[in-house]
Amino acid sequence: MAVVARTESPGLSRFVLPIAGLIGLGLCVGGLLVLLDPQGGANLLASIYDALGNTAGATDLRNGSGDQVIAKLLLAVIALAVGVGGIWLLFIGVGSLVSLLQAKWRDRILPWVFAGPALALLAVFLVYPAAGTVLRSFQNDLGQFTLANFAVMIEPEFTQILRNNVIWLIVGTGASVVLGLIFAGLFDRIRRESLAKTIVFLPLAISLVGASVIWGFVYAWQPAGQPQIGLLNAIVVAFGGEPIPWLQTSPINIICEIVILVWLQTGFAMVVFSASIKGVSGEVIEAARLDGASERQLFVRVIVPMIRGSIVTVATTIAIITLKIFDIVYVTTGGRFNDDVVANRMFQEIFQFFEEGRASALATLLFVAVLPVMYINLRNFRRQQAQG
Amino acid sequence: MTAPARPIEAPQARVAPWRPAFLRSVPLRLSVLFICFLWTLPTLGLLVTSVRDPKNITTSGWWTALLHPFEANQWTLSNYQTVISSDGMGDAFINSLIVTIPSVAIPITIAAFAAYAFAWIPFRGRGILFTIVVALLVVPIQMSLIPILQIYAAGNLYGSFLGIWLAHTGFGLPLAIFLLYNFISQLPRDLFESAAIDGATHLQTFIRLVLPLSIPALGAIAIFQFLWVWNDLLVALVFLGPGAEVRVLPTALYNLIGSRGGSWHLLTAGAFITMVVPLLVFLLLQRAFVRGILAGSVKS
Repeated sequence: MAVVARTESPGLSRFVLPIAGLIGLGLCVGGLLVLLDPQGGANLLASIYDALGNTAGATDLRNGSGDQVIAKLLLAVIALAVGVGGIWLLFIGVGSLVSLLQAKWRDRILPWVFAGPALALLAVFLVYPAAGTVLRSFQNDLGQFTLANFAVMIEPEFTQILRNNVIWLIVGTGASVVLGLIFAGLFDRIRRESLAKTIVFLPLAISLVGASVIWGFVYAWQPAGQPQIGLLNAIVVAFGGEPIPWLQTSPINIICEIVILVWLQTGFAMVVFSASIKGVSGEVIEAARLDGASERQLFVRVIVPMIRGSIVTVATTIAIITLKIFDIVYVTTGGRFNDDVVANRMFQEIFQFFEEGRASALATLLFVAVLPVMYINLRNFRRQQAQG
Repeated sequence: MTAPARPIEAPQARVAPWRPAFLRSVPLRLSVLFICFLWTLPTLGLLVTSVRDPKNITTSGWWTALLHPFEANQWTLSNYQTVISSDGMGDAFINSLIVTIPSVAIPITIAAFAAYAFAWIPFRGRGILFTIVVALLVVPIQMSLIPILQIYAAGNLYGSFLGIWLAHTGFGLPLAIFLLYNFISQLPRDLFESAAIDGATHLQTFIRLVLPLSIPALGAIAIFQFLWVWNDLLVALVFLGPGAEVRVLPTALYNLIGSRGGSWHLLTAGAFITMVVPLLVFLLLQRAFVRGILAGSVKS
């Protein structure tokens, strides 16, 4: 296994990597300065045009017109060079520098070179903000301690929001998991399994905004008497019913919105379950058959319990998505028809009502709701570590 | 590339395949067909509407167009032209590329180095720090919005591409580190011992051994992160804002709904533009994608 050759060249060449790293670092800082300035791309391109003697083009760019698309592409190239190349240079440069140190120091510092950037980013973007949000939720705008941000949660306006999230949690998670199980069971028995799976799985690649437009069109409504261009109302009218403004009618609109998520997530559940079902041993199935179990009994009483682990994993994954659901409600109705949810309300509290304390309290509620999942994850991880 | 001549009943890895002959009958096939039809129908409606003449869209259902598909004058690409040029979906597409590519490449690089350290370099506090990473897996993004907004406002990062790259990097790191750790820590110990005997530094081992071996895991996580960033609305709304010069596709589509609410010919075309790249990635790299999904949800 002599894959890695020993670096045998002392002298000058051992400084090449560190020096290259430092030069790269310098370039990165320069690139970052360009990127920090909103007009950075245009200004840089303008300077290039000036150097090339294209003064008119440069002036246009500085005035916000001209080759803006090229300026933007230039920005993208710098971004990639700085973002990807820069990070590599940083790791390699600092890593090589540290490798030059005495073994004692090297072994102490090197892990932090590898893990340090990740840990720093996690601290800045997740740990510090989470602590700040919890603190803020117990403060008023003057920074004094208060429970008022949580006290409003018992008002009808907010209990309805919390109730809606519970509906999302139960119906959304339940429907995705049950449909995923049924589809996995059905598709496992046909010949063109992969094609059917692809079709159900495909929506997972679509954004929630895109899916909301797709389904908004299915739910489209025109007053009675006019041609219904929405599929659902066309069916209703064809059977002699009155067209229903699905997304504006409470409480059916919540179900209509949940359908959008179920349409997306069922494929995820199905793929995971399908993989687990294939892992169920043939001997167990054979034994159940010999005991006279029908195919349905076999599925419900033998296979489903045996893949319990993946059912729990899928259910918790989708449950977290439903708790945090934002895009669908924000895009379809904005939560204006008694269908508001926590994440959407939080967004409004920040950007419309400027109630940071209340927004923080809503976020903290979401956080408390996912704590059991965090506990399960940590317990599983501990167990895994203990075994390995 | 499975051979079509494969006998259907051939027993494979499993002792007794769980697919009884009598259930592979007509009702089963019909129900599968119905499910697939149902799952495709909404997207089909979107696609058909996006290429229909606007004046037909409000007067008849999209399915009526399929009854006489060869009337060429009912089909048009002008809806796409309108949304791309005058509604700014073209600009948003470029912005989405600018936002997405670094937001995928940066966190995966950082996560790979960190995962290697957690798996193979002993250091003080390693256990507790990795436990924190596992705990962070489920912390809602909502917990970060307000404090990060304040930092961004102070540091002039609001509305900048740099700001959103950093945000997506921070939010994407826990899962990327966790998945890569699961993969890298399972690599055989001999590999690292012989590399150490050969005098390789950790940096060399990582670059020459670990990275090439981790390509399947890196690819799966890259697809995962790509879909997440490309399809993201919340982070883009909060940290980039609605400004036209930085607007990404989901934001642009949302604005289109606001400004062109009932104009389904434009909404459908716009929606399809946001979907085309992820759908292509998905169809071309489905295997890696499924691997990523499975790695993310099932622990082997």
